[in-house]
This record gives sequence, C-alpha cells and structure tokens, in this order.
Amino acid sequence: MNINATLVGQMIAFAIFVWFCMKYVWPPVVQVLNDRQKKIADGLAASEKAAADLELAKARIAQDFDKARVQAQEIIDQANRRAGQIVDEAKDNARKEGERLILAAQSEIEQQVNQARGSLSLQLAGLATAGASKIIGRHLDEEANKDLIETLIDELRESA
Amino acid sequence: MATHTAAEYIQHHLQNLTWGQLPAGYERHDGSVLSEPVWTLAHTGAEAKAMGFWALHLDSLFFSLVLGAAFLALFYRVARRATSGVPSLLQSMVEVVFEFVEGSVKDAFHGRSALIAPLALTVFVWVFLMNLMDLVPIDLLPGLAGLVGIPYLKVVPSTDVNVTLGLSLSVFALIIFYSIRAKGVGGFVAELTLHPFNCADKRLQVLLIPINFVLEAVTLVAKPVSLALRLFGNLYAGELLFILIALMGWYQPPLHFVWAVFHILVIVLQAFIFMMLTIVYLSMAQEKH
Repeated sequence: MNINATLVGQMIAFAIFVWFCMKYVWPPVVQVLNDRQKKIADGLAASEKAAADLELAKARIAQDFDKARVQAQEIIDQANRRAGQIVDEAKDNARKEGERLILAAQSEIEQQVNQARGSLSLQLAGLATAGASKIIGRHLDEEANKDLIETLIDELRESA
Repeated sequence: MATHTAAEYIQHHLQNLTWGQLPAGYERHDGSVLSEPVWTLAHTGAEAKAMGFWALHLDSLFFSLVLGAAFLALFYRVARRATSGVPSLLQSMVEVVFEFVEGSVKDAFHGRSALIAPLALTVFVWVFLMNLMDLVPIDLLPGLAGLVGIPYLKVVPSTDVNVTLGLSLSVFALIIFYSIRAKGVGGFVAELTLHPFNCADKRLQVLLIPINFVLEAVTLVAKPVSLALRLFGNLYAGELLFILIALMGWYQPPLHFVWAVFHILVIVLQAFIFMMLTIVYLSMAQEKH
C-alpha cells in the first residue's frame, strides 16, 4: 500500500483516456443515437400522417361513390324520359301516318268515284242518245242536239 | 516464488510488482549490499517500501493501461462503424452502456458540458473492467508470471490505492477547475471561507473565516479521499476474501462460487458509484449557492 509515482502515471493515463473518449468515441455514437431517435420519430410521424391520409382517402371515396350513384340515377332517369319521349314520338308519327294514309285513300276513292261517275255519265249520254234515236227512228243530227244532250248530262251529273 | 505459510501467501498476493531505485548501502533480500543506487524490481515488500515515492507499480499500470486501451479500442471500433440503421449486436451493447451513462449524466449533472459524459463513460467502463479482473482466479496470472521469473503480480488495478487515488485526484482537479470556472477565483475562495458560518458584522466574520475554511477544506478534501478509498476498500476487501477462500482447501469451490457471484454485484455497483459521485461532485462544483 505504498503511495508512489504509479499515482501520477494513472492520472496521466486517465487524462489521455478521457480525452480520447471525448474526441473520438463519444460524439459519433451519440450522433448515431440521436439520428436513430430522429429517424424513429420521423417514421412514427409519417405513419400517423399516412393513417390520416388513408382516412381522408376513404372519406373521399365514399363521397365520390355517392356522387357516382346520384349521377347514375340521373342518367337512368334521363334515359327513361328519353325512352318515353321516343315512344310518344313514334306513336304520334304512327297516328299522323295513319291519318295521312286514310286521307290519301279517301281522296283516291273519291277520285275513282268521280272517274266512274264521269264514265257512267258518258255511257248514259251515249245510251240516252241511242235510246232517243231508236225512239225517233232516225239519227238525230248529233251536232244539233249536242246542247240538249250536254244539258241532260249536266243535270244527271248534278243529280248524282 | 514458493510460498510456505498462509501469512506469506497472503502477503505475496497483496504485494505489487514495484520498480524503483534502491539507495546506496541498502541490503537486498539476498543479503548483498548495494555500493551505489540502482533501478531494479523489488523482491520483497521491504524493498518496495525503501524505493520511496519515485517507484512504479508495473502490474497496476500494465493492467489498467491494457484494460483502458482495450475499452477505448473496442468502443472506437464500434463508434467508427456505428450506423443509425439496424445496429449490430456489439453496437447494441455499446449503445446500452452509452444510454445508461447518458441517462445518469442527464439526471445528475445540472448544466451543459462536453466533458462530463465522456468522462463518466470512461470512469464507468474503465473502473468496471479493472474491478472485473477480481474474478480472474487469483493464482492464475501470478502463477504464470512466477514461471517466467516475475516475483509479484497483482492483477486487479483497483486494489492498488495509487490507481483509485489517481482517478479521484483527477476528479478533484476537475472539481476545482469547474468551481473556479463557474464562480471565479473570488467566488471559490468565498465559498471556502464564508460558509457555513456567516455574520453581518465584518469583524466577527473575520474571526469566523478560519473556522469556515477548516470545515470547508475538510468537506472538499473528503471528496477525492472518500472516492478513492471507497473503491479501493471494497475491491481490496473482496480480493482479500478471495485470497482467504483460496486457503481453505476443499471448502474452496462452493465458497469461491458464492463470493464470486456476490462480487459481480459489487464490481458493477462500485463502478457505478464511482461514476455517479464523479458526476454529482462536478455538478455541485459548478452550481452557485
């Protein structure tokens, strides 16, 4: 248990060791520890932010979905309306066409009736003339009687 | 070196390997008388004593330097390769020590200093490693040394009061440095002379200054002395118990085991106490009252 110069040697060694530790050992390791702490903190913050973003995205998806549903409903309504419209139009057209056809048929019928009437009156005039000539027994001067016959025809026509 | 009696065995184990100068006219262990001063290894306890202050305990210095260098080499290696990503097993272990020391410093040291934390780390790990040498079987290294002709070998540096006093006197120097840096020379002197007895009357105060100084000086000096002797005493006693157990024949293995297990607690605790008190003393030194 002698006190001797070992004491001095120990103090010098201690000073050198502490200096070395302070200069080369402590700073890098503490730096690494702080860096890791920061990394972890950043990671946690990022994960929290991601979770918040996910919630936002979910809410937006729900919103978009609702909007899409409303839109789809609108489109369906529109289509239904349009379909009704088309059916109505078609009905309308059909009705008009039918009316047109009926009118055309009526006018044709009328035309044919008129034609038939015309030809009938001609034939009637011929028959009347022939009958009269037979009755008179001679050929009447057709030119002379023309006025008379025409008057007769007109009367017939008016009575028809 | 053959050991005959229990007393000789114990004394042999408690003797450091001392290198120093023997004065002229000194009678050596083999009976020869020196004609002139000579630098040599001490071969007896008496020779070591005769070497006076300017002698070195080669074993204490060797083991403490090797352990300190090993600690710094290992930590430096880890520090250079340290990554803030996934740490290796070794880095994790070093980080545990760092976080422990950093936590202790943050708890106990009020103020900011770049020196305190590395100082605390060095004290803790170095003292721990020096204490750890206590768990090496006590006859192993001295026995091997004896085979190559080294007369004495004390493998636990912290059982040498020079080593613990060297540490605590360095801490003492830092205490004074921190006191003066925080309060100035005047403040430091005032702290030593105007407390604990303070009087508004100037003439009475002059009378109180010597009393204050004696009290405060004792307080101040008690710090390094208690710091050194606590560590030295614990480890010296532990070492002595290992030596005594080694003398107990067949009772040795169980006793040795029990004491070694208990001693694991002691060596960590003493390293921790030394570090903690270092931090606390330095914190107190730079605080204003």
